[in-house]
Amino acid sequence: MGNMWIICRKELRSYFVSPIAYLLLSMFAIVFGFFFWNAVGYFVYAGMEAQMRGGMFPMNLNEQVIRPLVSNVSVIGLFLIPMITMRLFAEEKRSGTIELLVTAPIRDLEVVLGKWLAAMILYAGMLLLTALNFAWLFRYGNPDWKPLAVAYLGLLLQAGALLAVGTFLSTLTRNQIVAGAATFGVCLLLWVLEWASDYESATWSRVMAYLSILTHFEPFAKGLLSIKDAVFYLTAIVLGLFLTARSLESLRWRS
Amino acid sequence: MITVQQLTKRYARNTAVDHISFEIGKGQIVGFLGPNGAGKTTTMRMLTCFLPPTSGSAAVAGFDVLEKPLEVKRRIGYLPEMPPLYAEMRTVEYLTFVGKIKGLRGADLAKRTAFVLERCAIQDVKDRVLGKLSKGYRQRVGLAQAIIHNPDVLILDEPTAGLDPKQINETRDLIKSLAGDHTIILSTHILPEVEQTCQQVIIINKGRLAATDSVNNLQNRARGAGSVLVEVASRNGPLQSEIVQRRLEQVPGVSRVLFKETRGNLSIFEISGTSDRAIRGDVARTVVEAGWDLNELRSAAVSLEEIFLELTKTDVEKVEPSASAAQTAAGKAKE
Repeated sequence: MGNMWIICRKELRSYFVSPIAYLLLSMFAIVFGFFFWNAVGYFVYAGMEAQMRGGMFPMNLNEQVIRPLVSNVSVIGLFLIPMITMRLFAEEKRSGTIELLVTAPIRDLEVVLGKWLAAMILYAGMLLLTALNFAWLFRYGNPDWKPLAVAYLGLLLQAGALLAVGTFLSTLTRNQIVAGAATFGVCLLLWVLEWASDYESATWSRVMAYLSILTHFEPFAKGLLSIKDAVFYLTAIVLGLFLTARSLESLRWRS
Repeated sequence: MITVQQLTKRYARNTAVDHISFEIGKGQIVGFLGPNGAGKTTTMRMLTCFLPPTSGSAAVAGFDVLEKPLEVKRRIGYLPEMPPLYAEMRTVEYLTFVGKIKGLRGADLAKRTAFVLERCAIQDVKDRVLGKLSKGYRQRVGLAQAIIHNPDVLILDEPTAGLDPKQINETRDLIKSLAGDHTIILSTHILPEVEQTCQQVIIINKGRLAATDSVNNLQNRARGAGSVLVEVASRNGPLQSEIVQRRLEQVPGVSRVLFKETRGNLSIFEISGTSDRAIRGDVARTVVEAGWDLNELRSAAVSLEEIFLELTKTDVEKVEPSASAAQTAAGKAKE
């Protein structure tokens, strides 16, 4: 598996020598910062309101600030993930370097895992930025850290699944824009599938809602470590990476 | 070192490589020759395990490309037509990365990197970004990448394509200098390249093997063993070609005189000598002493180029089997 880390390091380097990583990190930091400022501002306002009325309105940082914020992160992720994965294989195909990777004495799976892992690390870096914001809550408030940790785990699992899908789609084309657009479409679809359950209770709508990537995040946002939903994400990751490896192999049969 | 048997690659609509068989010994430089679209790249890609063959087999150093791809890949250095460079990487960084995925580590890696930098003369660009290198340097970095793990076999797909004449020469010299340590297959559609760098040549056309032989043999066949073309003219009236022919046959060392054509008062003959003996001087003297004019006296040589053109004509059916192909080509050119 040493080769996996070599590929992973190479991918991370190319994220950081190009503007992609900085662009993604700063965009994410700004958008999340805005959400954070909004959520905290509202919390403080609601707190003052409650004090003025004199009632003991139950205030909870975890429930009222952290939980909506991590849900927001999961939605922002849908928009940023295509930008992380679109270049992974499409660029190698366009520049011809895929021939180098495929004719080197390494396994396809090592290439696939290395690339996916690099994407995961970049996403984790984005999450690290949110930790800077949350740190202020711990400085001035007293939230429980365990639900937050669970939420982070959920975010990583969810992103892992979407990144695996994006990595797969990136193997199908030599055009980064196509790969990115397709990934974005799939991410969006996996998100809105959830709405099918709003007005329908038939089996098919339940199946569609089950496939929605966001419904499985709900428990994690609440701070519940849900094995069932973790398994859903892990399955999606394995399936996505498996498809990527098969697709990489099929390049040879088709090209 | 390389054994290819009945190798075939079929796509949905066409057959790119059609039952090709050949063998390449250790330490040879082999030219893989053919017009564009003949199947050179496809064959090379099958040898490098990039493409799996539809049928037939290929083995490198005794390892089959389908059964032991990792072993084969370890023993092959491959330079595709477009050097596989990461535009944003620097030369040393790139070579280090390639060295690592080819299994080099630590001191070994540093040693090999320094070695290929020197060997391919890319030391002065070692800290430059690859995307900004000139074509010649890109090609050399590509070559450095191919030899970094000291492979037994080097497969180079059109290594001189798109280079200027000076760079072409440098690249050829570099390739020749690598021959001692590696078995080299290089594909090209430039003939002089084969004549200058290779010992053996494999000509393919439309996916079929058209000829495989040593460059020397092909050249010998082509040369027509010391034949000379003579153009004789007469100053007064039409020339009696039979008389000239009889006269020429008496020249010492001449075995056969073939009348080719006559145009007004001049005739053209092809003269073959019995041995390597230079017959030109005697022929010239005879013609002049007889009172005729000697307009032209030249070797009837056929270049490798003509053989190649003949072999790769539209229908390959006629030029099989390969051994007689070159002879037919040489013969036709003489007639």
